[in-house]
Amino acid sequence: MENRSGKTKDAYLSSREDLRSVERRKAFRQGIRDGVPIGLGYFAVSFSLGIIARNAGLSAFQGAIASLLCIASAGEYAGFTLIGASAALAEVALMTLIINLRYMLMSLALTQRTDPKMPFFHRLLFGGAVTDELFAINIARPGYLDPVYFYGAILISVPLWSVGTALGIVAGDILPARVVSALSVALYGMFIAIIVPQARKSKVIAGLILICFAASWGAEKLAFLQNISSGTKTIILTIVIASAAALLFPVDTKKAYGTADADTSADEGTEQKEVRDA
Amino acid sequence: MHSKWTYILVMFAVTYLVRVLPLTIFRKPINSWFMQSFLYYVPYVTLALMTF
Repeated sequence: MENRSGKTKDAYLSSREDLRSVERRKAFRQGIRDGVPIGLGYFAVSFSLGIIARNAGLSAFQGAIASLLCIASAGEYAGFTLIGASAALAEVALMTLIINLRYMLMSLALTQRTDPKMPFFHRLLFGGAVTDELFAINIARPGYLDPVYFYGAILISVPLWSVGTALGIVAGDILPARVVSALSVALYGMFIAIIVPQARKSKVIAGLILICFAASWGAEKLAFLQNISSGTKTIILTIVIASAAALLFPVDTKKAYGTADADTSADEGTEQKEVRDA
Repeated sequence: MHSKWTYILVMFAVTYLVRVLPLTIFRKPINSWFMQSFLYYVPYVTLALMTF
């Protein structure tokens, strides 16, 4: 009697572990799949970044490592430019902070999508890779943020960002400018692919996006805002517009994120829930 | 002047902290309806602002 129930219990446990590892492999594969277009875009854009790096006097290896560690287009651009100008370290630190400040908001947004039960070390690992695009695909995925999914996307995209930078340093003039800009359009296409489905589901989001386009355009035109860097503009506009939206149209985030039933696996078939208008 | 590696280290340290600190500080859902709604809208607003 005991033997039989012991065997059944073991069989139950190992089948649950198999299920977890199957789910992990599936999430990892999805991460890689969703990361491919990001990697391609990164490769193209980092090429141009490599040219800047070369002008600043960085070797291909230095550029590759800098890109691997920072994974920030505007931030690295500013940093390399300052390196070329032999700026003070404090200036580099301050500039990097200001330009990359929007990542703080993105990470903050991600905290509301992370499972409180997720082991802490994951935050230290994927945290460094919160880029615009990687942030976007994690937001688009229903349910709690899956670290394994994130790692898959990181592994296919970040090395390309690094290698592209190195190649840009070595052979920046080879790729025609039109090819580079064509490939980098892919990154904007991805942003749109994330925004549009939500805009279709929610009039609030659709209206919000139009307001953002108008605000972005307006900010370009207003003279007194010309001196502010684009990174600062993004963060100010984000805070203002998102705050207004939150006050006027509060959201039931558990429903919206699909984290209400966190135990059900988040596969692509799961629809995101409707946003509740105030 | 400073070695390139020192510069790179500074760039990395600042960028990493900017990204990781919020994730390490806020480990549970923030219990404010405003912050929850605000952070729900942030991704779409930020992506829309960067796209245009």
